[in-house]
Amino acid sequence: MSFKSEFSKGIINENPTFRMLLGMCPTLATSLAISNGIGMGLAATFVLVGSNVIISALRKVTPEKIRIPIFVVVIATFVTTVDLIMAAFLPGLHEVLGIFIPLIVVNCIIFARAEAFAFQHGIMDSLADGLGMGLGWTLALCGLSAIRELLGTGTILAIPDFGFAGIRIFDQSLAAVMVILPPGGFITLGLLIGLLNWVASRNKKRAQEG
Amino acid sequence: MGKLLVIFFGGVLLNNFILSRFLGICPFIGISQRVETAAGMSAAVIFVMGLASVVTWFFRHMILVPLGLEYLQTIGFILIIAALVQLVEMVIQKTSPPLYQALGIYLPLITTNCAVLGVTILNVSENYNLLEAAVNGVAGASGFALAILLFAAIRERMELSEIPESLKGFPIALITAGLMSMAFLGFAGFRLQALFGVM
Repeated sequence: MSFKSEFSKGIINENPTFRMLLGMCPTLATSLAISNGIGMGLAATFVLVGSNVIISALRKVTPEKIRIPIFVVVIATFVTTVDLIMAAFLPGLHEVLGIFIPLIVVNCIIFARAEAFAFQHGIMDSLADGLGMGLGWTLALCGLSAIRELLGTGTILAIPDFGFAGIRIFDQSLAAVMVILPPGGFITLGLLIGLLNWVASRNKKRAQEG
Repeated sequence: MGKLLVIFFGGVLLNNFILSRFLGICPFIGISQRVETAAGMSAAVIFVMGLASVVTWFFRHMILVPLGLEYLQTIGFILIIAALVQLVEMVIQKTSPPLYQALGIYLPLITTNCAVLGVTILNVSENYNLLEAAVNGVAGASGFALAILLFAAIRERMELSEIPESLKGFPIALITAGLMSMAFLGFAGFRLQALFGVM
């Protein structure tokens, strides 16, 4: 497959959140505001691209039997890098995302791509795969965050690190705080995946009829 | 003693790992179709999380802090957990084949359970001493066990009910978890510190 198709499959057809249902913990925990979604998504994308490229480059010299510990060390190295960079330059965001930054180490998306893709493909393909999967996840996270931020606080695009309070769409008193509490995370994601399933099955039915 | 009770009940009810901290969602959704498998997974998780809390505490306070290597925490902890899971698997296999039969298939999955790495990092950020860390590990895992067992029982009954086609499987599981999480929010009103006389 070409660079472009490896890149684009992660965004729609094999979207890690909506299609493959991977990496649920950070998706639910950090999707409180769009700025969190972007921060978390880009941090994971950086780790995904870095680990995919290194694992792919080392795939010919990695013994099959101890590949998992090697993956872990490579991934953990990139995670530590992101953790330290974020703590230095975006302390507010680092505080909000909290333990979910070090927990990128055990994110199933990154493991799944290392094992299922990077270990068997060339460096350029793995780079494209990492970028696509990472951006697909970032987009899913931002979509979910946008819904929760709007319904839960009445504003969107608040970026506390840059002192920007966000755009107010409706009054605070109308906001449903439950949406940004844990139950809202589960229910919003459940309904969103349900909606996407419904759209997909309707499109399929139309295609069959037409 | 009071503080330990606060940590324990806080971990099980108030800050339930799955329903309010969002740690360990993958096994929660993935291995909750039947109550027996959920129970097996829970037992393995309680064991590994308690042990991991203790071992990472020693690792941090005897190796990382004296050598000034705190930035290696993430790499060190995940390797310790992976090694620990392997070790536990081998020990159980040798000493108790029936237990191995029951837990064996769940053990390798635990390495990537984010609740385990999560609890060890929380122990560090909360600055717990050895005993508090151990209690926190067991409490977090017990909260995980409570949530996954309740959830498995609900899912067994859901098999028989009629669910809209688009919501089948994963979406309805998430919505159910959301409703459970809402019920657990009720525990937020508990004032544990006052109850156990700790300030």
